[in-house]
Amino acid sequence: MTTTSVDDRATGTRRVPVLRGYRFELVKLVSQWRIRLLVLACWIAPALFVAAVSQQSTLPVDTLFGRWMHATGWAGPLVVLGFAGTWGLPLLTSVVAGDVFASEERLGTWRHLLVAVRSPRRIFAAKALASLTVILLLVAGLAGSSAAGGVVAVGNQPLVGLDGHLLTPADAAGKVLLAWVCVLAPTLALAAIGLLGSVALGRSPMGLLLPALVALAMQLAQMLPLPVAVRLALPGYAFIAWNGLFTSPAQLGPLLIGIVVSLVWAVIATALAYLLFLRRDFTNLAYDGSGRRAVTAGVLPLVGLVAVTVAVVAAATPATGSGIEQDKVQRSVATAFAHLYRMQTKQLNRPDVTEAQLKVTATCNKGGGNVAAHGPGNDWRCVISWHLPDVEAAGTAIYQLDVTADGRFVADGDGPKEVNGYFLVRTPTGDAPNPLWQFDGNVALLPTTKG
Amino acid sequence: MDALLAIRARGITKCFGDVVALDGIDLDVPQGQIHGLVGPNGAGKTTLLGLLLGLAVADSGRLEVLGTPVGPALAVPDGVAGFVDGPGLYPSLTARQNLAALVALRGRDLPATWIDDVLGQVGLTDVADDRASGFSLGMRQRLGLAAALLTKPRLLVLDEPSNGLDPAGKKHVHNVLTRLAADGTSVVLSSHRMDDLEALCSEVTIVATGRVVFSGPLSKLAAENRELDYRLLTSDPQAARRLAVDTAGVHVVDAWAPHDAEVLVVRALVPALDELVVRLVHAGIALRELAPVVSPLEAAFLALTEPQEANR
Repeated sequence: MTTTSVDDRATGTRRVPVLRGYRFELVKLVSQWRIRLLVLACWIAPALFVAAVSQQSTLPVDTLFGRWMHATGWAGPLVVLGFAGTWGLPLLTSVVAGDVFASEERLGTWRHLLVAVRSPRRIFAAKALASLTVILLLVAGLAGSSAAGGVVAVGNQPLVGLDGHLLTPADAAGKVLLAWVCVLAPTLALAAIGLLGSVALGRSPMGLLLPALVALAMQLAQMLPLPVAVRLALPGYAFIAWNGLFTSPAQLGPLLIGIVVSLVWAVIATALAYLLFLRRDFTNLAYDGSGRRAVTAGVLPLVGLVAVTVAVVAAATPATGSGIEQDKVQRSVATAFAHLYRMQTKQLNRPDVTEAQLKVTATCNKGGGNVAAHGPGNDWRCVISWHLPDVEAAGTAIYQLDVTADGRFVADGDGPKEVNGYFLVRTPTGDAPNPLWQFDGNVALLPTTKG
Repeated sequence: MDALLAIRARGITKCFGDVVALDGIDLDVPQGQIHGLVGPNGAGKTTLLGLLLGLAVADSGRLEVLGTPVGPALAVPDGVAGFVDGPGLYPSLTARQNLAALVALRGRDLPATWIDDVLGQVGLTDVADDRASGFSLGMRQRLGLAAALLTKPRLLVLDEPSNGLDPAGKKHVHNVLTRLAADGTSVVLSSHRMDDLEALCSEVTIVATGRVVFSGPLSKLAAENRELDYRLLTSDPQAARRLAVDTAGVHVVDAWAPHDAEVLVVRALVPALDELVVRLVHAGIALRELAPVVSPLEAAFLALTEPQEANR
């Protein structure tokens, strides 16, 4: 970034340094009421939401970590992160990055800006940096506000991970922060798509909506039973892959791939927006978006990027099919059950027992054994077996599993009710449902990672 | 390069695809002159002003601005300011904030009171802290002019600066431009308001279909022009009419003001009109009002551009 005035010695033209342009763009952005309202909303609403929901008797159990909102304040920011990845962040990037160039179009200020700054390159850099700053401010607000709301309303308690193991409050805080940092990568990808849409489509509303539409398409794609290589190659996967931070050991492979793919998208989409912007003729008063050029210079390279990314991920990882295999489901369910059984034992004031002593195993099938035991579906059924010290007979319990295409599952206890039925247990934060009644888990999609 | 020229353009051509916006334009604007640019819609005025501001590059020809050859886009020298296609303002900022943001952007070392000074010059002191979103077109034009003045330009390029101005606003703008020119700043402005151009400009360039059809002083334009229609109001309209009919080179135009018997409209060159005035005075007829029905510039504009338009 240039920090001093630069003279073009040949012409005596003084171009405006990027830092000054950046400040100018920030002033324009924060002077808009909608941006101010967004900042306020992002810094206040999540805290109120988490605090309010944590006081309710009914929790958002359909959202990951929602069932633990009574137990710890660290579940709240993860619930908000789940919502944000689905709707919040795409909409925020739409409003900020998707409008940062189009607003000049709407206001008719391009020529004014160019005469003042004298460099389209610096205008682009200043606008991209300013929109990035505002987006980071909004994301920081969502994360900080939801964490503060959760900790103040519920407390700084341990968090139950996706494999049932307990994270200490400090560990949970670190993982929550890391999860929010990880989703910055797909957020940047959406922001770059927003810049591209804003440059390519001019004042058309499609430019503003592009990040939200792309995010929606990515979410729909993640709901489909796609091959795992395709799933990981989509830039929206990192909105889901942070789940892997909350297992032990962490499922870092998919997360890192998701982050790298998102960052590649961010770089490519920004570069395309930059090239389209520089090729624009600002004296043409009839200009209203790049039209056909937007398709050839904007969309086609991104389609090509998807193809290349899929090929690279497929070649670089041993992933095949959906990534949801019988042995991985069994391993994930058994691990989560062992951790949660130990937790239940403690809550019921029974003698402590370790996971190693329990020797939990799971036998799972799909569709009652009538279909191949792989892939997503709500027809998974698992029989869990475990051993207690000094007890010869193995205990068994049954679970119905709903496994979604992204590897997340919800295990619903199907008896015996003394083990995984619904009853209340006493916890430090009050009475809570039996932890073995229903629990969330995560199947590692890549075979190299142990779930 | 003539050191006294703020703009020197030779053979400037600019095309947008198949459309020739400028076709071999020549233009000289001396320092300290207010130069008018006139032409029908689509004649290429805005394109030419855009080139002067550095918003685009000519396809061919040579352009020198403030003594510096203009190369790539946005490479015009410092000291050039202005706007084309309306002033660029941010409605969410106040008038003062719009200007302060520009000052901060350009990093100029300006006196603390400079923003207030330029707001005062264009008559916007009272609304300095109002958001630009509530400004009328005329106020926006004046704020755009204030933004251009911030940089203390040596060449000011203005596209239709009189649009939407009320009489007070027009007076402010005229005063500012006249004072700037007196201080040595060159001003190039386009307008469809012929009265403004006649009041402000010492020279005009008339452009039609991308070509210069006239460039020079307004007096030369009037001298080169054909007969004009003049409106006369006298103490004895009937006698005045008889004298007009008898004066060589003067033709009474009955089509004008048919419902006002007090008004006499004649068509004549300036020498013949002078002769008519002398004869009216000798006959003891008081001449209360004498004015061209259509201004000389407007008449020249119509005369010079209509054939071009018809040939398009």
